[in-house]
Amino acid sequence: MMSAASRLRANPAAVAALAIIAALIALALIGPWFNPNNIESLDWANVAVPPGLSGAHWFGTDRLGRDLFARTLEGTRMSLMVGLVASIISLTVGIGYGAVAGYVGGRTDHLMMRFIEVLSGLPLIFFVIFLTVIFGRSQYFLFLAIGAVGWLTMARIVRGQTLSIRRREFIEAAVASGASSARIILRHVVPNLLGPVIVYATLTVPQIMLFESFLSFLGLGVQEPHASLGTLIAEGAGEMEAAPWILLVPGIALALLLLSLNILGDGLRDAFDVQER
Amino acid sequence: MTATLAIENVSVHFDAGDGPRRAAVREVSLAVAPAECVGIVGESGSGKTQLFMAVMGLLRGGARGSGAVRFEGRDILGVPRRDLNRVRGSKLTMIFQDPMTSLTPHLKIGVQLAETLVSHAGLSWQEAERAALQMLERVRVPEAQRRLRQYPHELSGGMRQRVMIAMSLLCEPSLLIADEPTTALDVTVQAQIMDVLRAVRAASRMAMVLISHDLGVVAGLADRILVMYAGRVVESAAAGDLLAGAAHPYTAELLKCVPNLWGPRLARMPSLAGSPPDAKTAERGCAFAPRCPRAAERCRVERPLLRAPEAPTRGHEVACHYPVAATAVTA
Repeated sequence: MMSAASRLRANPAAVAALAIIAALIALALIGPWFNPNNIESLDWANVAVPPGLSGAHWFGTDRLGRDLFARTLEGTRMSLMVGLVASIISLTVGIGYGAVAGYVGGRTDHLMMRFIEVLSGLPLIFFVIFLTVIFGRSQYFLFLAIGAVGWLTMARIVRGQTLSIRRREFIEAAVASGASSARIILRHVVPNLLGPVIVYATLTVPQIMLFESFLSFLGLGVQEPHASLGTLIAEGAGEMEAAPWILLVPGIALALLLLSLNILGDGLRDAFDVQER
Repeated sequence: MTATLAIENVSVHFDAGDGPRRAAVREVSLAVAPAECVGIVGESGSGKTQLFMAVMGLLRGGARGSGAVRFEGRDILGVPRRDLNRVRGSKLTMIFQDPMTSLTPHLKIGVQLAETLVSHAGLSWQEAERAALQMLERVRVPEAQRRLRQYPHELSGGMRQRVMIAMSLLCEPSLLIADEPTTALDVTVQAQIMDVLRAVRAASRMAMVLISHDLGVVAGLADRILVMYAGRVVESAAAGDLLAGAAHPYTAELLKCVPNLWGPRLARMPSLAGSPPDAKTAERGCAFAPRCPRAAERCRVERPLLRAPEAPTRGHEVACHYPVAATAVTA
């Protein structure tokens, strides 16, 4: 039997996606040190120049003369961070909530699931706008707000998996060996959930990044001078006819990132679940 | 002397959404003395497993146990889980029918074994691992040191059952409940596992309950055998007495079903006609009456109680109006 890792390695699309993601992350993290231009400096001599390798600005500049390469890297870093932090929040909350609901079962499960249904009945975007208005626009709060609404589906998936695992003999044996419920959930249930959870998490990250871009596009997300791919795209959209690269550069970066994450997620799903093929 | 396990008037009911409650176990009382090995025999659905699931607090949702269960004098039926866990898994342990699925797949054998000791006996991980190694050697797991680093799927069924036995013995229990410990295994492995259990019993003063549908498996190990039918104990006797002179017609018929290698071909595999009653149906008279060759009118209306037969050997009890005379079976 092949392990999940070796099955993933046998999937060229997933490997390519993983390589692209790794490259983008590396670029976003170490790129700024190699780029002489920073995100805030204004180059009045070169306002809205198109991309080209001859000048000082490879990806061109925006209409304030800021280096697009630097801004796109900053935007990628911010988008990745939002995706990652919000995913971790929704993962932690979702796993905890779902595993408890599924394992305890009965009336507790019933109540916990109805609560999720009420929450998922609320219009998500209004909810986040509402929260942003109340608590002000801080990027850290943005992480929290997105994470706080992102855990619902994860909790459902985890609960379903837990229900099927709870009836397995090794859980019964663990109960018979005198382990406490908390211990059984942490040691015997949650590790067995990791396959579907990893797959879903990889697919959650791009969803959340897209949502963040959407909020930023509406002006609810990351604020100047910081940038996320969403704010850059919003800026670019305004200059679309005169200077299309201001839209295209961050747009391509976002598309590449989301596409790679989705392909990787699909590859992981295939790797963990052999029957899918 | 307090019995290691005293079961008094225990019933297990299942709540069916519609219709009447189904009784899996009906008013069973039994006691297991220290160091005694009690065999519980019965066919599928006779309630033997459900009875001990109730004892271990493992009844599934929808099933409820009533009556009293005392372990070393302390009530354990219906007490909060935390109180039950003080003895469950350490002093009172259970092994299950299917060793293939009873071990958590993602944890190494050594970790699973040591964890029990760390949580119950408060040992350090190093001490616990050393104790686990010794215990694996005691249940004759070859290359025990290497096994500690292996995952359950790398072990064979017999090996996994040995690991389960080792795990159940780690805290030196006063009672081990073995629920069909060999049913899922090959016949040769089955014999090895029974040898291990016999050796364990010889080396300690642990009491044991051996649940099986196979009289042959139980006879080799048990001091006393209880026969269950339709949720009730119908006969209880010392192992030798039961095999030599079954008093309940059901037991007598069961003994006749042991295959005979020397008889004429067609007669080799006798079987008991009919099937046990549905747990849904209300109890009236003796549950075995419809299948009983000795049944009379009285059996269909009056339920026989468990009591000593007319010519009793010590400790022999039977629930039958017309018990088989000892001579009838041996003849």
